[in-house]
Amino acid sequence: MTELHHLSIRELSQGLTAKQFSSVELTQHYLTRIDRIDQSLNSYITVTHDLALAQAQAADQLRAAGQAGVLSGIPIAHKDIFCTTGVRTSAGSKMLDNFISPYNATVVAQCLDAGLVMLGKTNMDEFAMGSSNENSYYGAALNPWNTSRVPGGSSGGSAVAVAADLAPFATATDTGGSIRQPAAFCGLTGLKPTYGRVSRFGMIAYASSLDQGGPIARSAEDCAYLLQAMAGHDAKDSTSVSQPVEDYLAALQTSNPDKPLQGLRIGLPRQYLADGLDPDVKARVEDALKVMESLGATLVWIDLTTTDAAIPAYYLIAPAEASSNLSRYDGVRFGYRCDAPKDLMDLYTRSRTEGFGEEVQRRILIGTYALSAGYYDAYYVKAQKIRRLIQNDFLEAFEQCDVIAGPTAPTAAYALGAKKDPVAMYLGDIYTIAVNLAGLPAISAPVGFDTSYHDKEGIDHDHCPPLPVGLQLIGPYWSEARLLSVIYHYQQHSDWHKARALETTATQGVTA
Amino acid sequence: MSATSQLIHGWEVVIGLEIHCQLDTQSKIFSGSATTFGAEPNTQASLIDLALPGTLPVLNREVVNKAIRFGLGIDAEIGRASVFARKNYFYPDLPKGYQISQMDHPIVGKGHIDIVLEDGTSKRIGITRAHLEEDAGKSLHEDYAGMSGIDLNRAGTPLLEIVSEPDMRSVGEAVAYVRAMHTLVRWLGISDGNMAEGSFRCDCNVSIRKPGQPFGTRCELKNINSFRFIERAINAEIERQIDLIEGGGKVIQQTRLYDPNKDETRAMRSKEEANDYRYFPDPDLLPVHVSDREIDTIRAALPELPVARKARFECAYALSEYDARILNSSRELADFYESALTVAGAAQAKPVANWVMGDLLGALNKAEKELADSPVTPTQLGGLVARIADNTISGKIAKVVFTEMMQGGGESADQIIEAKGLKQETDTGAIEAIIRDVIAANEKMVEEYRAGKEKAFNGLVGQIMKASKGKANPGQVNELLKKLLDA
Repeated sequence: MTELHHLSIRELSQGLTAKQFSSVELTQHYLTRIDRIDQSLNSYITVTHDLALAQAQAADQLRAAGQAGVLSGIPIAHKDIFCTTGVRTSAGSKMLDNFISPYNATVVAQCLDAGLVMLGKTNMDEFAMGSSNENSYYGAALNPWNTSRVPGGSSGGSAVAVAADLAPFATATDTGGSIRQPAAFCGLTGLKPTYGRVSRFGMIAYASSLDQGGPIARSAEDCAYLLQAMAGHDAKDSTSVSQPVEDYLAALQTSNPDKPLQGLRIGLPRQYLADGLDPDVKARVEDALKVMESLGATLVWIDLTTTDAAIPAYYLIAPAEASSNLSRYDGVRFGYRCDAPKDLMDLYTRSRTEGFGEEVQRRILIGTYALSAGYYDAYYVKAQKIRRLIQNDFLEAFEQCDVIAGPTAPTAAYALGAKKDPVAMYLGDIYTIAVNLAGLPAISAPVGFDTSYHDKEGIDHDHCPPLPVGLQLIGPYWSEARLLSVIYHYQQHSDWHKARALETTATQGVTA
Repeated sequence: MSATSQLIHGWEVVIGLEIHCQLDTQSKIFSGSATTFGAEPNTQASLIDLALPGTLPVLNREVVNKAIRFGLGIDAEIGRASVFARKNYFYPDLPKGYQISQMDHPIVGKGHIDIVLEDGTSKRIGITRAHLEEDAGKSLHEDYAGMSGIDLNRAGTPLLEIVSEPDMRSVGEAVAYVRAMHTLVRWLGISDGNMAEGSFRCDCNVSIRKPGQPFGTRCELKNINSFRFIERAINAEIERQIDLIEGGGKVIQQTRLYDPNKDETRAMRSKEEANDYRYFPDPDLLPVHVSDREIDTIRAALPELPVARKARFECAYALSEYDARILNSSRELADFYESALTVAGAAQAKPVANWVMGDLLGALNKAEKELADSPVTPTQLGGLVARIADNTISGKIAKVVFTEMMQGGGESADQIIEAKGLKQETDTGAIEAIIRDVIAANEKMVEEYRAGKEKAFNGLVGQIMKASKGKANPGQVNELLKKLLDA
């Protein structure tokens, strides 16, 4: 029999239904793998052994009683940004290292309702601020394809856990690319839904108008299963939208198996396939587009002229919101409090200076500055205007095409410590950030490998297993089903998503 | 001091007010927590009020409806797309590190209210805006051995901040304005206006200038919560500013606190030290859209407003301006009056007014009761006045009946009159019989009367009333006694 941790969600569901294995066995299998492997990958901040087994047992009982749902008993990992009752919810920060949430995020509650078993909480950049996972208080999670490389961020832990088969799938969040970029760096499929599709209640806020939860998994089909559980209107989140949730799995079916993408117009932004894009990444994306063409899609060149404005606008709006969102961490009610404060100002200053990491403090400062009297119009208001232009740019583009394709990131995963200059790291978000500013859905899927980065970087060939490359598809509002279905059909005709980090490569110090 | 504009040592006073009015809702503005006053600390603080990581605000729509009601009550433009904004500052009793308020797009725009001054003239005061916001919690600085306690029960309580134009030119006008607002918010049923519990607090912006000159630099007096303190605080501040300027100094823009014990204002912080609140639209909340239909529905449910009702009282019931003003000092009192009047009959407008304003309010005041807890109902009081009007009882006996009603037994005037045998004697024969007995028993007084001593007549009347146990109709007694004596 195939290894349990190699099964897709559909296969896990079928196996549980057919009683080939129980949820307790499956959960124990994953917990054992985590205990054995994760110390060298650091994908989990907290592993909830006892809780997981108790939930698995409950799922088995439910199944015995004939009440199991499709996902009952299947394990999942939650990004440590989602509040989980009775379990530490750290957001990757020293500030919340001692925070045991008294309530479940809506996403967590929905997963529980679906019968999913929580294995633990995954590593992340502190308060989701970062693109490499290096900003975690708990240390970076490592890319299982090559542990000298970053897994991407901020949902690096979720990506690593799935890529290393330490969870079948995982929840994640995306404010400027935090689902898609780690999915790309780790060879996974990750979907950032339309803003308002997934509840933000209980999801620790970074930048409220940009944050959106979504799935990271091996395939579009696996993503569809998880999105089905996560999506929906939530009265506790005023920005959640009461748009009906589609049947994402049903949408994967086609009546035209030979040409499943017949009639699909794929827009290619000239600005996305221009300077600054790694030639290997570009080649892999072009290969994937050829496959899509062979499945019936047509390619059209489009322009997204506001592309260059996205990063500056994002790095004003997101920090502005963050500077306010993070004001509640003041050492008064919960979280880190400095020792023996001598007065109120000392309590505030030291609790926040000692509790927040460098990047978080940098963004609080940028955001505070952008909102200050005298600068507000020049920075925040201007950035909001640019945001509107970016949105219009996309809406016009969607008059010419059904989806927009391009690379998810300009390069494959870079080396740990390679981007010490924060601006250099910000520039890596060039293709993902505009999507959040516009509130659109987008998916990243693996389309091959960069096998020559060692030559480009001038490093020793021996320690350089291939690194995954991701393609991004951007869709109009509420087109999650379309995005999943396009990638699903691509994956029916490609094997990149089946490549496994720990089997494909002899990763340093890690064995499956 | 007169309520009208006047100069003090040649200085004109300019006052603008910000009133924080707690809206009377079951739950808070952005969470489901209760808003009951006086609960054990932190028992009415939910995850959202505590600002736990990941929590989000959800607007209580009832709060918006009440704000619109207020807006219609001051004839204001209603914001069709009002926006909640974050006002950022750190304070231990401000759990999120920001207060959700409204900045650029308030729910209520420009409006006005007419106030009546002490001389009976009225003046229109402009309202700049009124916006919704959440209250902060409370810091408790005693009983914690050098530490401060935080009670978040009040955090998230809905407030309407009503900002006036700097249209007031005297303390009297300011007090009249606050009273009119206080009446209005209770009248509209949007606030209990309880000043002692902090449901209605006032910030006063005060400046002085020479007539015709531009506005002087203002100082803001914070958080005053009684009519008496408003008057005293403003007077103290006017005096301070005049002394300062006449002594060669300059007023600097400051926030000041009034100390009632020393009857003086003290600087809290100056403009330079003021926070930069870094307002920006709250991304967790959508703009609040209000449709024509919603406004029409709320307008249709509005009660007759105090100014209109007062005018109607003066016109329809021929009441004096003073009577009409007092009776319209609250909607409950005006309702009480009109209900009682319905029972007493339209011709009794003035007597009913007298009974309500005099006996009823006096008795309630003495019993330390609110009108809502009055043992006497409008029907009872109206019935009582009707019995005076139809001569069933005298005004004097009516006081006895009223005292009985105040015991709270709930009997009607007729029942009390019947049970106590208080019905006025109007039978001429019966009264004559009593008069003859009194004349027979008081020969000396009769002689004195006949000798020209008018005072003796009154003595006899007194004896007759006493003999009739007060039930004889006084008019008839006078008439019959005169007739019998002069016969």
